[in-house]
Amino acid sequence: MAVDFSLSEEQELLRHEIRRFAEERILPGTRERDRTHTFPAELLREAGEMGLLGMLVGESYGGAGFDPLSYCLAVEEISRICPSVGVTMSVSNSVCSWPIAKFGSEEIKRQFLPDLASGRKLGGFCLTEAGSGSDAGAMLSTARRDRDDYILDGAKAWITNAGVAGTFVVMAKTDPSAGKRGISAFVVDAASPGIAIGAPEEKLGLRASVTAAVSFTACRVPARQMLGVEGGGFKIALATLDHSRLGIAAQAVGMHQRALDLALSYSRERVQFGVPIAEHQAIQFQLAKMSTELAAARVLLWHAAAAERTPAAGRLAAEAKAFASEAANRAVWDSLQIHGGNGFCEEFEIARLYRDVRVTTIYEGTSEMQRLVIARHLLTS
Amino acid sequence: MQIELNEEQVLLRDTVRQFAAEVVAPRAKEIDATGEFPLAYFHQAGKLGLAGVCVPEEFGGAGMDMIAYCVAIEEISRVCASSGVILSVNNSLVCDPLMRYASPEQKRRFLVPLAAGEKLGCFALTEPDAGSDAAALKTTAKREGDEYVLNGSKVFITNATHADTALVFATVDPALKHRGISAFIVPMDSPGFGRGHHEYKLGVQASGTTQLFLENVRVPADQRLGDEGMGFRIAMSTLDGGRIGIAAQAVGIAQGAFEAALKYAQEREQFGHPIADFQAIQFYLADMAMELDAARLLVYKAAWAKENLKRFTLEAAQAKLFASEMAQRVTNKALQIHGGYGYTRDYNVERFFRDARITEIYEGTSEIQKLVIADWILKES
Repeated sequence: MAVDFSLSEEQELLRHEIRRFAEERILPGTRERDRTHTFPAELLREAGEMGLLGMLVGESYGGAGFDPLSYCLAVEEISRICPSVGVTMSVSNSVCSWPIAKFGSEEIKRQFLPDLASGRKLGGFCLTEAGSGSDAGAMLSTARRDRDDYILDGAKAWITNAGVAGTFVVMAKTDPSAGKRGISAFVVDAASPGIAIGAPEEKLGLRASVTAAVSFTACRVPARQMLGVEGGGFKIALATLDHSRLGIAAQAVGMHQRALDLALSYSRERVQFGVPIAEHQAIQFQLAKMSTELAAARVLLWHAAAAERTPAAGRLAAEAKAFASEAANRAVWDSLQIHGGNGFCEEFEIARLYRDVRVTTIYEGTSEMQRLVIARHLLTS
Repeated sequence: MQIELNEEQVLLRDTVRQFAAEVVAPRAKEIDATGEFPLAYFHQAGKLGLAGVCVPEEFGGAGMDMIAYCVAIEEISRVCASSGVILSVNNSLVCDPLMRYASPEQKRRFLVPLAAGEKLGCFALTEPDAGSDAAALKTTAKREGDEYVLNGSKVFITNATHADTALVFATVDPALKHRGISAFIVPMDSPGFGRGHHEYKLGVQASGTTQLFLENVRVPADQRLGDEGMGFRIAMSTLDGGRIGIAAQAVGIAQGAFEAALKYAQEREQFGHPIADFQAIQFYLADMAMELDAARLLVYKAAWAKENLKRFTLEAAQAKLFASEMAQRVTNKALQIHGGYGYTRDYNVERFFRDARITEIYEGTSEIQKLVIADWILKES
């Protein structure tokens, strides 16, 4: 037991290695991919080779077996350069591989994890529907038992990686009359008959990541591909989101860091009233605020990641996600303000970040849901 | 990376919490109303090692680390902010510079009784015309043989109504600006050393704040701390550390207010429910918990940096800026949750609300913290 904010040697090394990969390989085409809505399949393949897509999967299933903090450092470094690649990676790791590794039978793990962990296949998570966002228990998708199979019917919405993923974790109701206790979780091969992927959504940001509707029509899934027990899906979904919040918080911290770095370099170069604008107190105060909130978001994230196996983990992850995503939005706003008219033009990276960052307070649990989670912990403990 | 108090720190926290509950809390409201300086329990705190937490035992202190110190200041401030700042000043602004700069003889004579809580110290830097711009101070120190003769006046000096020993900053030559400033250890009973009346303030009412007047106060040259001209550096480096103590005080004040609000929200019924059932109140509580955790982690990080790294100026400024602003927001929300009752003196939250305000001002205003932070990050990257 100790209060120790230092990273281990392995964590420092990993961070350094990923930073180099992000700057050398991912950075160059970022703007073009955003402009043309192009998914960087090749970069994801390379990320897979580096072990970045199986960070939370044990070595016996082909993963790299990293601790949660190492994983967060990786998502932060990737998202600093390209949040689209960051979310693609976060979704595959956090909401597909993680629940399979955590709740899957030995057989399911052997069947699905090696491909996910190596990046040969990407993962997706089919929970949200058009009419059930924060209120996941209100979903309409069903899974009807038919001998050794379940038959899935329903429409899922806003599914990250839909169209590029090879494996989905899907939530559907095996007992529609039982509310959220009637929900079960399945691991589904994305190429299964009966699955149709909608046209990619045109989004405000994260345009180099793919988001689309996924519909299931009489889609047969072998019963052995159920995760956990029948009716246990809602708990699996909540546990998964508790954990995945760290990934989104890390993504937000990465964007926050980038917004600060861009503001620092711009304000040192931009001259107004005869001096670099960094010499004006108004600008200095904005920089100081961005830097302080970044430090706060990062310690919340790191602490939540290090404490992932403690009883406070759920509350800490929700705090990290809500704070980091909101702080990142403020920082990106301030950074664009410092960039002035230049920042409003896509030639400057901050314009893309301004669009990309917006979703962090929304997906994988809105800020409002995070606050309800925090309050529930406070009022029941 | 791990944030868990060690056994010694937990033991100290429990001891201080008990002392705070049994000795400090019962009189907190009363001394706030009367402004009475709680000298008796300063001496009692000294017996527990709280007057010189980080001073080695051979010099009268408790020989513990910076984290332990922050824990102690938080626990005291959680029930009485005045008592928190009294201890913070004695520890951070008097014992700490004596530890770092005093000669062995000075340590024996002055540090030992201060660290043991037998004597009370104060830090006399600020003057009517030299607040944030400390280098503009006008108090003079004129060398005469083996003595210095001090003339001038100081304002807003915490502990000064009852202090036994003052650390006084004066200039040997105003033309030298900050390079002319020297520090002196001056017993308060020296001839010519006078105190003003107790300042009646918005908050931290019992912290013994007053003016000091120096009229031909003769100080033996061997009571100069450090070299001639080193005073400004001593003052600034001391305030770097002091900021961590004030940040810990802000966390303690906010924690006290938060706990009161959490309890009240579950007891108070409106519209047929405890108000904690309403989302509006839940969101307030969630925000308070989130910001408190972030601030406490920043305080620990600054303390850890002071303990383990060479530099901690940036971390201390960030911790103080964030924690003090957090304390405004949290005490404000705590009062709001209490409604009209919170505005009365029957409850403690109005005191927390008033006490929090000073943390953004003393030992470096928020504006000075922002300049320090901006200076660091512009230099660093």
